[in-house]
Amino acid sequence: MPTTAHTLTDVAASESTLRRFLHGLPGVDAVGLEARAASLGTRSIKTTAKAYAIDLAISMVDLTTLEGADTPGKVRALGAKAVQPDPTDRTTPATAAVCVYPDMVAAAKQAVAGSTVKVASVATAFPAGRAALSVKLADVREAVAAGADEIDMVIDRGAFLAGNYMKVYDEIVAVKEACGAHARLKVIFETGELSTYDNIRRASWLGMLAGADFIKTSTGKVAVNATPANTLLMLEAVRDFRTATGVQVGVKPAGGIRTSKDAIKFLVLVNETAGEDWLDSHWFRFGASSLLNDLLMQRQKLATGRYSGPDYVTVD
Amino acid sequence: MSDRLSVLKTYKLYVGGKFPRSESGRVYEVTDSKAKWLANAPLSSRKDARDAVVAARKAFGAWSGATAYNRGQILYRVAEMLEGRRDQFVREVADAEGLSKSKAAVVVDATVDRWVWYAGWTDKIAQVVGGGNPVAGPYFNLSSPEPTGVVAILAPQESSFLGLVSVLAPVIATGNTAVVVASEKSPLPALSLAEVLATSDLPGGVVNVLSGRTAEIATPLAAHQDVNAIDLAGADTDDGLAKELEIAATDNLKRVLRPQPVDYTETPGIDRMTAFLETKTVWHPTGSLGASGSSY
Repeated sequence: MPTTAHTLTDVAASESTLRRFLHGLPGVDAVGLEARAASLGTRSIKTTAKAYAIDLAISMVDLTTLEGADTPGKVRALGAKAVQPDPTDRTTPATAAVCVYPDMVAAAKQAVAGSTVKVASVATAFPAGRAALSVKLADVREAVAAGADEIDMVIDRGAFLAGNYMKVYDEIVAVKEACGAHARLKVIFETGELSTYDNIRRASWLGMLAGADFIKTSTGKVAVNATPANTLLMLEAVRDFRTATGVQVGVKPAGGIRTSKDAIKFLVLVNETAGEDWLDSHWFRFGASSLLNDLLMQRQKLATGRYSGPDYVTVD
Repeated sequence: MSDRLSVLKTYKLYVGGKFPRSESGRVYEVTDSKAKWLANAPLSSRKDARDAVVAARKAFGAWSGATAYNRGQILYRVAEMLEGRRDQFVREVADAEGLSKSKAAVVVDATVDRWVWYAGWTDKIAQVVGGGNPVAGPYFNLSSPEPTGVVAILAPQESSFLGLVSVLAPVIATGNTAVVVASEKSPLPALSLAEVLATSDLPGGVVNVLSGRTAEIATPLAAHQDVNAIDLAGADTDDGLAKELEIAATDNLKRVLRPQPVDYTETPGIDRMTAFLETKTVWHPTGSLGASGSSY
């Protein structure tokens, strides 16, 4: 990136400087990006490396339930699972967090009390993000007040696609402020709705400039969610952002990652693109619900040599 | 003379309604009874077995939940499709088992009849092995047979077609789903049968067919925690394979059907169906007892 810490301070000075900066980012070579993501996906990770990768992936899971039918009971069950994913094997690491709707934060907080598991809450009129700013901020404040450690906000894709970058920027800044000093902010771009890789790169930089602690691919509510290619692109963005500013930002692919094999492919992407610094649950997360069960089954397979089955993990 | 290029058939596995090659990329040579090369068949690995179990588990809910009448219709459809490809199977069975064309035709006809026979049983087995039980209390007590789940089947090694259908049809007739390991020496009729099943309205994943070394594929299947039962018909060898598999199967309390001498040309009886059925018994209160005893 031909940018320095000095130039980045003025980028968001006005609508036009922001636009000039975002449109000045180099275009994405889509074919090259997809080929690179695919070729990194062919790495063979076996035996001890696989065991390490599975445990690391488990520790990076944001165990998620975002259904209209969520009940406090379901959230409690999920919290218990996040703290102790495999009750038959206490060496299994806990997941990074549980991710719930704002009104379930209190129940989730109670369920994970005394553990390392954090509570993340989606906010800002998730998943569409179509509400007034005041409503979105109220949503965030309530979640934080209820004890959320992390806030997953959605950007205003409508404004972004209309080229109204400053509006998106200001909104992220306002939400970040509403998060207060303790809650970390994850910014969801909904990459499936951004149409082009160039847009994903711009959104990544926009989010990071506005103060995101994490950039996240998707809500999991649209047809195209996290893919290796768009995650690779975002990993490149956080790497370049750290080079330019010294600030490290996390990445969270979410939605559509269901198998251990997929998860390990993402970990390879992280290691080869952003580097080892990101191979930690503080800097990389998986937004997933069914992934955890597959990771646990693979873990059992490695431990016992026998293929496990869905009868041996919980039904969430 | 025709100078057409010969069109050789690529035999493939049948997993989840699709025809993949082995995940391992391996094949092995299949010969006829006189050691003449017939075709290459996929040499399945344990990962193919795992994938097949996942497919069978996925198909189990819908297949076991289908009405018995519907299952019967589909199995009868299999017989219809088989009849239409009679010539192909006569040729394959003759090659595989070293039979004359006429003897192979008898085997194929018996196989078609076997499908029809089991198709008829789907909606009758419940009446034979289930029913109302007289109990001393104010309850209506009802037993009904339920499918066991995912059944791994090691198909008979010698009777590569009639034997195969004789062990497969009873398993799926009652609502189980199956992972079949074809005869190691003669897998071609089984792999061709998969093509018939794929065009018979049988939902993908209800039957999955693997070819390869029986011992190699059977070992992970016997130890697999998500396989509910195993039919060891094809493990009838002298090297103690059946015993080994039986031991591996105990871990998740699989139901095991030991290899036994069977004449597949005879009418089979219902033993192979009941081997993979479980009995569910329901006690339903009928109301309070009156002074004169039961109210019904």
